[in-house]
Amino acid sequence: MHLLFEPGFFTSGPVHTAVLIGSVTALVSAIVGVFTVIRSQSFAGHALTDVATTGGSGAFYFGITPLVGFIGGGVVGAGAMDLVGVQRVRSRDLATGIVLGAATGLAALFLYLDTTTSATTGATQQILFGSIFTLDPSTVPLVAALSALTLFVIALVYRPLLLSSVSTELAGARGINARAVGLIFMVAMAVAVGLSSIAIGSILSTALLIGPAATSLRLTSSLRSSMVLASVLAVATTCVGILLAYDSSYWDPSSQGLPVSFFIVAITFLGYLFSGLPVVRRRVGRRRGDLEGARAVDVGSRPMSEGTA
Amino acid sequence: MFTGFMVNAWEIATIVAIVAGVVGFFVVMRGAAFPAHAIPNGAFAGAAGANLIGINPLVGLGVFSVGAALGIGSLSRRGRPDAVTALALVMMLALGAAFLSQSTQYEPEIFSLLFGEVLGVSSGEILPVAILGLVCVAGVLVLYRPLLLTSMVPDIAEARGVKTFRIEMAFLVIVACATTMTVPVVGALLIFTLMIGPPAAARCLTDRPGLAVAGSVIISLVIVWASIAVSYETNWPVGFFVGTLSAAGYGLGRGVAAWRGR
Repeated sequence: MHLLFEPGFFTSGPVHTAVLIGSVTALVSAIVGVFTVIRSQSFAGHALTDVATTGGSGAFYFGITPLVGFIGGGVVGAGAMDLVGVQRVRSRDLATGIVLGAATGLAALFLYLDTTTSATTGATQQILFGSIFTLDPSTVPLVAALSALTLFVIALVYRPLLLSSVSTELAGARGINARAVGLIFMVAMAVAVGLSSIAIGSILSTALLIGPAATSLRLTSSLRSSMVLASVLAVATTCVGILLAYDSSYWDPSSQGLPVSFFIVAITFLGYLFSGLPVVRRRVGRRRGDLEGARAVDVGSRPMSEGTA
Repeated sequence: MFTGFMVNAWEIATIVAIVAGVVGFFVVMRGAAFPAHAIPNGAFAGAAGANLIGINPLVGLGVFSVGAALGIGSLSRRGRPDAVTALALVMMLALGAAFLSQSTQYEPEIFSLLFGEVLGVSSGEILPVAILGLVCVAGVLVLYRPLLLTSMVPDIAEARGVKTFRIEMAFLVIVACATTMTVPVVGALLIFTLMIGPPAAARCLTDRPGLAVAGSVIISLVIVWASIAVSYETNWPVGFFVGTLSAAGYGLGRGVAAWRGR
């Protein structure tokens, strides 16, 4: 038992909070992430973490609650991306890039003002690499409530969102306003990403949004099953990552432990690489009784050059 | 404003603006904004790693940025490019966080690697940056026609026997090269902004590729020079002015294009 769980793992308060918030945000990220990946909006999903961080550093400067800054920043960023043209495949990449550039410029200013006007050191690092072990337990209910709200919104627009993700023309023919649905999704993603950036840091936010979803979309054939698989993968990875990070401080007493983000990202990345191995894909394809099973999942993946004019 | 250490800042910023303007044009044309963001941001992890084991940060930066470019390029072949890029980025960032957790002094380093210290450039740093910059621009010029062809009409390029995949890889390596030279002096975030804003603005103004490249270089020079001047006067970070001016430049370009009715 002690080989796997170092002493104090089950009784430590910070570990409880970390496991709880980590699992909740991982679950929401995974479900939102499946749509992010099929809509090819990974760049926007990642950029929103940086935009949310800008909001967070602004909140730090103005003395507002960081959570408001993170979520507010993300939502404003999502709106700005929509304004520049994130809804069209052609200009999606560019719209995200322009908003991201402006937001990082603002972040540079806020962080500069934070470090020069207040005596607090560690602002940069705290904002950029927020640690899961230093979470305030009192934020748990708020994080849970906002997560539930995000999932509710996704459930509400599930059908139109799915249809417009697969084919904009088809959605248009059915009378779905693809732009409105896209904007609703972007805002939901911004809230999810803002939550996870403040709770688990911006690195993990992107990792849990894209990793489990991309892996499960390779291994399953239906959207529902890939959402279930992605959620399971995300929560399991988070818990194992927290355990390993906790244990790592006991491996070599002379040095500090490794960060949680390192373990979670490493597991996620290796999982994705593993799911792409020809052996795994062939096996999945055969089980589906579909010769091109492995390929069918990847419909919608385009070469990097496409999507420009 | 034009004496002492500021001379170095003006020189290095000019080199960076030219390289970003040229390489950035193809970043925008190819829709490669995400790799262009991921490579510089992830590469700073290499500098952190080099710092930890006590070698020149440039080596770490180079290894990480070229490694990222090749990894993103080859994995994109069999997966969704944007998802692959995101995962490669977070993997590098997580390695960076692991390196940083093992070293003791880092706060100012993170800030300068991400946001740059263009006003603190020493004269010894100019020559290597100039050489690498020349290599990047030369690389783009040599590959100009196939790059253009594969960006605009990939099918025709394929039919003409252009190896699309090799061109893609070569282009990502050029981006990596531009990253290695610029991250230590201007920061990861700033180089990305310069590779997106000015070329996007230039493309709103003209359809001709040659003109657009020239326009993108001119716009990025104006943005960088104005940013340094204002930053010198106000003491606010250069990155803030570059970021906001780039976005404003693009907005202006869109405005002009709309006014012309295009």
